[in-house]
Amino acid sequence: MNWIQHLIILPILLPIITAAGLIPVDERNRTLKGVIAFGSTLVVFIISVLLMRAAANAPVGTPGTGVYLLGNWPAPFGIVLVLDRLSALMLVLTAVLMIATQMFSMAKWHRAGHHFHSLLQLMLAGVNGAFLTGDLFNLFVFFEMMLAASYGLLLHGSGMVRVKAGLHYIAINLAASSLFLIGVSLIYGATGTLNMADLGLRITTVGPESRMLMEAGAAILGIAFLVKAGMWPLGFWLPATYSAATPPVAAIFAILTKVGVYILLRLSMLLFGGDAGISAGFGQSVLLYGGLLTIGFGAIGVLASQAMGRLAGYCVLVSSGTLLAAIGLGNGTVIGGALFYLVSSTLTTCAFFLLIELVERARDAGADVLAVTMEAYGDIDENEEEKEIGVAVPGTMAVLGLCFCTCAILFSGLPPLSGFLAKFAMLNGLFNPGGLGAEAPISGAEWTYVSLLILSGLAAMIAMNRVGIRTFWTSIEGTIPRVYLIEITPVLLLLTACVLLSLQAGPAMRYMDATAKALSQPQNYIGRVMSAPRAGETGAN
Amino acid sequence: MELVLSAGIGVLTASGVWLLFRPRTYQVIIGLSLLSYAVNLFIFGMGRLRVNAPPIVEKGGAGGLLTHTDPIPQALVLTAIVIGFAMTALFLVVLLASRGLTGTDHVDGRE
Repeated sequence: MNWIQHLIILPILLPIITAAGLIPVDERNRTLKGVIAFGSTLVVFIISVLLMRAAANAPVGTPGTGVYLLGNWPAPFGIVLVLDRLSALMLVLTAVLMIATQMFSMAKWHRAGHHFHSLLQLMLAGVNGAFLTGDLFNLFVFFEMMLAASYGLLLHGSGMVRVKAGLHYIAINLAASSLFLIGVSLIYGATGTLNMADLGLRITTVGPESRMLMEAGAAILGIAFLVKAGMWPLGFWLPATYSAATPPVAAIFAILTKVGVYILLRLSMLLFGGDAGISAGFGQSVLLYGGLLTIGFGAIGVLASQAMGRLAGYCVLVSSGTLLAAIGLGNGTVIGGALFYLVSSTLTTCAFFLLIELVERARDAGADVLAVTMEAYGDIDENEEEKEIGVAVPGTMAVLGLCFCTCAILFSGLPPLSGFLAKFAMLNGLFNPGGLGAEAPISGAEWTYVSLLILSGLAAMIAMNRVGIRTFWTSIEGTIPRVYLIEITPVLLLLTACVLLSLQAGPAMRYMDATAKALSQPQNYIGRVMSAPRAGETGAN
Repeated sequence: MELVLSAGIGVLTASGVWLLFRPRTYQVIIGLSLLSYAVNLFIFGMGRLRVNAPPIVEKGGAGGLLTHTDPIPQALVLTAIVIGFAMTALFLVVLLASRGLTGTDHVDGRE
């Protein structure tokens, strides 16, 4: 077996070992713990990049590439880890977010409670596991691991607001986990397998008496992920939870909604793709219309938000809705663009959550409410504006302001950054579903999607402008925040990643398109998993 | 036996969901527990109901669904019980923290 094959297990194993190793270390050695955890995340990042290269260069259809048989049992019987382009992409994205968050937290936030770095590492392991697993029940275990760590992280720092938000968040997720289990067991009862690749095979041969059970199971399972992804009307918990969490935690939570989206994308393409027979396209319209409603709800929320934390929470909803609707359309080109959008919007959201805390150090809490109220009833003291001409903007505020502007451009999808390129790629897919020049009708739902995509960008721009003007231009006399280098570096790092994504849009887009193409041909995935040779067997390379 | 099991799952689920929507944290946690019992029984039922059939094949003996019961749902139930139990314990801690911080057992932290 190739050595790169064995790397697949490390993004799960390494964080678990680090997390366990950090628990007995005394809390007073926080910096040491942070540095060890940071090192572990860096190694995971390097491994993820190696895996991504391997996945991108893997020859199509070779049995066993990227399939890791845990316990060396052949595929439908033992549990498997599967690496393909999509999971490799998500691994790299998670590692980047984790690096930024950890660096940010080491300035002060990791002091707010116990075992912060262990929890982060466990969450990294859970998220990576959810991306890599090829088995539904194993997915449940990794999902719970990720959620358990997220409960701890949400409560990090304690306080009334966080405990209240945590109570709601845990109750909702426990109920969703029950639905997850019901869905998984219904699918098992109807098809007799939990292996995703095997399910993709058996879906065509399920008899009519079991088909309804199987589809009911898939629908219930889907609801569990839609709760996580925050689809309207299942996502009301999201803005409150995200704005209550400590900034680094909110920033890393940006990946959690994407786990839900990832699994919906994976399962709908694998189980209900074009080859699925009668069940083909099952649930797609729910995803499409649910996604559209989520974008609408998120955009209204963005406009109505008074605090920046809630604004960012609604931006997460808009991003989820956009992705869900793209999955619901099931058009390969749109999904390619949507994957680009996923990467860009996740990086932006993470950066914005980190930035909010730095910016808000300069202002008092009541200012936001006052700002929006003043807008509604008109400015009271218009004469005072004359005095402010000629006041120099302090250096810290200038850097923060530039970062804020970049976030605003990325959120609203203005050129030249990756937010625009992502939306452009999706619109291109919507208008030319059969490739450039091919005539194809555009349905009403697609027109709605197009207009919502553009309108949600406009809503984000208006809201960000309002907040930006109030924060950076009208409150010069406020205190200038003290910002450490270690706090601004992660924000710059994430935004640089977005800029790099824009500069290297060609290769990145090719990767996304190849990923979308691979997703639309599930037989390759199924073939690779089902015929994976056991280690030590003849024929294994 | 089918009737007893399905009625049991139904009653547990119905009471669990009703309690889940109540305003007191204690009711919510009992609701979640009942719901998880119902789910565990449901997973068990999905492996088909069999009496006096072993789930594990003896060494050297032949196995099959005629003589044996399906072992996978039982393994799943075990995992689900462990995870559900841990989550309930965690929820209990948060519940107590909320009671201590807000001074009320209402789920919103105020009456």
